[in-house]
Amino acid sequence: MKSLLDGLPQPLVLIGSDERIVASNAAARGLFGPAIEGRHYITVLRQPTLLDAIEGTFRHRQPTLARYLITGPTRETVWKVLAAAVGGEGLTGVLVSFEDITDLEQIGQMRRDFVANVSHELRTPLTALLGFIETLKGAAREDAVARERFLTIMEREAERMNRLVHDLLSLSRVEAEERVRPTERVDVMALIGASVTALRSMAQAAGVVLEVIGESGPVMVQADADQLTQVFNNLIENAVKYGGAGQRVTIAVSREARDLSLRGPAVRIDVIDRGEGIDAIHLPRLTERFYRVDSHRSREKGGTGLGLAIVKHIVNRHRGRFRIDSEKGKGSRFSVFLPES
Amino acid sequence: MEIRMTNAHTAKAFDDDLEIIQAMIMKMGGLVETAILDASQALDTRDEELAERVRANDALIDQLEEQVNTEAARLIALRAPTASDLRTVLTVMKISANLERVGDYAKNIAKRSTVLAQMTPIAGAGGALRRMAKAVEAMMKDALDAYTQRDAELAADVRQRDLDVDQMYNALFRQFLTHMMEDPRNITACMHLHFIAKNLERMGDHATAIAEQVIYLVTGALPGEVRPKGDTTAFVHPDGDN
Repeated sequence: MKSLLDGLPQPLVLIGSDERIVASNAAARGLFGPAIEGRHYITVLRQPTLLDAIEGTFRHRQPTLARYLITGPTRETVWKVLAAAVGGEGLTGVLVSFEDITDLEQIGQMRRDFVANVSHELRTPLTALLGFIETLKGAAREDAVARERFLTIMEREAERMNRLVHDLLSLSRVEAEERVRPTERVDVMALIGASVTALRSMAQAAGVVLEVIGESGPVMVQADADQLTQVFNNLIENAVKYGGAGQRVTIAVSREARDLSLRGPAVRIDVIDRGEGIDAIHLPRLTERFYRVDSHRSREKGGTGLGLAIVKHIVNRHRGRFRIDSEKGKGSRFSVFLPES
Repeated sequence: MEIRMTNAHTAKAFDDDLEIIQAMIMKMGGLVETAILDASQALDTRDEELAERVRANDALIDQLEEQVNTEAARLIALRAPTASDLRTVLTVMKISANLERVGDYAKNIAKRSTVLAQMTPIAGAGGALRRMAKAVEAMMKDALDAYTQRDAELAADVRQRDLDVDQMYNALFRQFLTHMMEDPRNITACMHLHFIAKNLERMGDHATAIAEQVIYLVTGALPGEVRPKGDTTAFVHPDGDN
């Protein structure tokens, strides 16, 4: 019976007539933890809809369906569950199988959110553009100076919308792939080196020195090289733009033998600036789409409000962790933790 | 559901009783997790039927707490457990008390969401409250998972995350003050929303308390250092910017 369960890909849990978990497969232990066998099924599967279904199947021996929700630290997954009565070989019980229906459920929600986001953020620059166009067609038609000035502003607004569309599509693409972990192995040190080289002139123009402290050899993680590069670019650019007052941005790479949430060896990448820091009140919301600490300054610097949301989703896809620490007046530290490969 | 208890005087029977009493609080835990999720959704989507279901299901949670206390007392009287078995029974009783309070807070949120559904929504409050609810849901889930898996590290992590929830509450408190000062017609809605935010903050504290019980259960000692507390609303002055 055990080898039969191990041979099937979906999570399976077999509950005996004594209501204890008699057998499970690796997929199930991945969902509920390693030490589930021998425990009462309620202890392991506590959600009421699921418990009701199992209890129902125990009582009337008919298969029962249920919907099971797992709210993880990085993403939510939805499962279709079947509790079926089984018997034979001197054993009667209930077999519970889980089918992942997250994609089905989330597609509708993602579409709705995307439409709402786009409408909201494009409205302002579009209104400005239309206003200037109307003025150029009317009052300012013959005014060359005004025309010059307005066209510059219109170009800026159009470019802003362009960046926004680009970031929205980027975010959408990351979210679509978020549930599939990348399989390639890449060297974090090499990617960071490339990022720093690419951003050095931009940093110099802002009077900021970029320094990298880290491991001498390669540091490997399971990753999508382009996406990780996007993460590093984003974080370094932010550090220069918003934390540039300290004139030095450090990218520190270290290894951790065991990370709490990742439950294993991890690679830690910190992007540290010595700027004015961020008030603690904003920290839990920084990765929210379009959330800005200071709207004015962000728009001035050309920010779309999506950079950190993109970083968060890419880190999620890589099964990592993202953390922000900051102290007003001292600076900020943006940390990415990735499982080491 | 009837949970069968045995009276045979054997170690195996005692182990069974311990397992069953833990299953009972996990069942409570599942009901409470669902209550938090449903109350938060009812608030978000102005779903009065869902809110009503949360209020009705709270009776089940209260019932389970009574059952847990009765069985725990019976276990202590009959078996005189010692060491880690005694800690198991004691933590079960404490955790069930915490869960019952969280259930009450969820019921209160559902009640207020019904009232709010009749009023004009306050701009900006919904998203912030939703995020706070998600953070609290995650803390509760991890605290309960830590209990089942006897994972003291995960429990320690839950304690740290209470700071984030306190910060969110601080921000909301100030946001509501501003809304109320801007327009007195907002006051009723903001008062309800504030109580909801406060309920969520207290739920975070209870999830932290459960995590502390897990640490006690696993290590035999309550976590020593003062746990991180970030709620500074008691010091906010209406005329200054604190």
